[in-house]
Amino acid sequence: MTAATLTTAPAAPSPTSAPVPPPAGGVAAAARQSVAMAWRGLVKIRRTPEQLFDVTLQPIIFTLMFTYIFGGAIAGSVQDYLPTIIPGILVQTVITTSVVTGTQLREDMDKGVFDRFRSLPIARIAPLAGALLADSVRYLIATTLTIVMGLIMGWRPGGGVLAVVGAGLLVMFVAWAVSWIWAFVGMIARTASSVQGISMLIMFPLTFLSNAFVPADTLPGWLRSFVQVNPVSHLVTAVRELTGTGTATSEVTWTLVGAALVVVVLAPLAVRAYMRKA
Amino acid sequence: MTTNAIEATGLVKVFGRNRAVDGVDLTVPTGSVYGVLGPNGAGKTTTIKMLATLLRPDGGSARVLGHDVVREPQAVRALIGVTGQYASVDEDMSATENLVLFGRLLGLSTRAARTKAVELLEEFGLSDAARRPLKQFSGGMRRRLDLAASLIARPPLIFLDEPTTGLDPRTRNQMWDTVRRLVAEGSTVLLTTQYLDEADQLADRIAVIDRGQVVAEGTADDLKRSVGAQALQVTVPTTTPPGGAPPADAAARALAAVTGHDAARTALGGPDADGSVRLTVPLESPDHVADVLLRLREDRVDILGLSLSRPSLDEVFLTLTGHTAEQQDPEAENPNETPKVQVPA
Repeated sequence: MTAATLTTAPAAPSPTSAPVPPPAGGVAAAARQSVAMAWRGLVKIRRTPEQLFDVTLQPIIFTLMFTYIFGGAIAGSVQDYLPTIIPGILVQTVITTSVVTGTQLREDMDKGVFDRFRSLPIARIAPLAGALLADSVRYLIATTLTIVMGLIMGWRPGGGVLAVVGAGLLVMFVAWAVSWIWAFVGMIARTASSVQGISMLIMFPLTFLSNAFVPADTLPGWLRSFVQVNPVSHLVTAVRELTGTGTATSEVTWTLVGAALVVVVLAPLAVRAYMRKA
Repeated sequence: MTTNAIEATGLVKVFGRNRAVDGVDLTVPTGSVYGVLGPNGAGKTTTIKMLATLLRPDGGSARVLGHDVVREPQAVRALIGVTGQYASVDEDMSATENLVLFGRLLGLSTRAARTKAVELLEEFGLSDAARRPLKQFSGGMRRRLDLAASLIARPPLIFLDEPTTGLDPRTRNQMWDTVRRLVAEGSTVLLTTQYLDEADQLADRIAVIDRGQVVAEGTADDLKRSVGAQALQVTVPTTTPPGGAPPADAAARALAAVTGHDAARTALGGPDADGSVRLTVPLESPDHVADVLLRLREDRVDILGLSLSRPSLDEVFLTLTGHTAEQQDPEAENPNETPKVQVPA
């Protein structure tokens, strides 16, 4: 068959540029677009509250379970274990929650609406930053519930209210930073369940092979050296010191530096991977 | 104005071993509806995705309203609206929430985005469903909302990827009216379709795509003419009148005298002697129809029927690609696709 091109191309049309659109607007516009995307995330959470099961039930069940199981064995009594376990369980629960960000992002990206986001003249980082921002709500719920559970069970943090709030914010910030890792994994993984698998494979040993549940000096030497360099241990120690005595030690600084480093490295990687999908 | 909304040359996209788009050239004049017609898997959607900056071309280049799709994607994105089965709205949000979200992303304040959402829902007849979950939307409502979401910034160029696939005829007609209104308001529309009558009804120009290549381009009439001229069909009885010649022979002589073509005969069967024969000749000009009728009257040939037909786009597609457009929805077929002049005998 012949390619029947029936008409000659229109005579030399010099494509006059259409009115140039307003410039993208830089950082301010990107921030505004991220906030709009975060609003979308909040609407979705409000629409499907059942996705908050993990951040509501897990803090309650884990706190009860671990405290009563390990309390007597590790600290002699439940009451004496609380200052150790509450910071530990707080870190473990909230950090693990960040995994959901990656799996949900992966699921979300397979939907048609993400193609529309890509076709809009918006900052490329906005859909990712918005999703991560909205998930702060999850960390807030998990943090609050764990702390309240601890208080109900008799935990009396010596650091005072401000120190406890500060510790909660620190944990939330680290969880947010870590969620960039899962956002990146979400971009490069093929399915949501593989994101779940990969991240659990990393998170499970990282949170349990730390000083979250047991004092590191009871461990065999090789394990102790791992636990001592594990960034999760530094966060747990920072939170313990904050809530216990109200002092912010160098552990806080190191944790903040580490978390910022994760964001600086992973955020560009995640955005690059996201754009490549386009 | 000779400005073109889209100028694409040699677009190529390769997925693994499959050359989904294999050197597509497109020139879409501003202010027109341009139809890209082809069966499933012909490369229509891939082509649109490249033009809409959703896919990076592996070869060739394209300018959309003067901006290169690879070098200036953000400039292109500011000028286009994309609606397709992939570029849709968020299922988990209400119609209003979707439109507010897209309005805010495009830089409107929350209040302005809300006003815009109300306007658009009104315009697309979705006000009553504004708060209903999208899962309860019919296919037509979804498609209208998808389109409304593309129109927040009133982009001068709108991509519609199969806007009516799966819609019932009434909803499809509504969508056609919407497209016509957009163009009347000055937009340029590039639409893909597997429905031949849709391209025929809406598009000023049509590119027929098959296996990643443009196999024909032109107006619907151009395409039909490329396949053949109009055809005149005369149906006569098989029974020879007493003392006369067989009607088929007499009619064939009359047709040959007027048009200069030998008629193709098709026996139409019928019970025993009551059968009929259809004679078909190509027709250069519709004026010849009157001459044929006069000549038949002079020769005293009784005819049973006479019709004038142009080839349908279906036939065009078959001729150009060697196969029919697949997956046609029989319900959506337009019985009046072929203009016919029926003259009772």
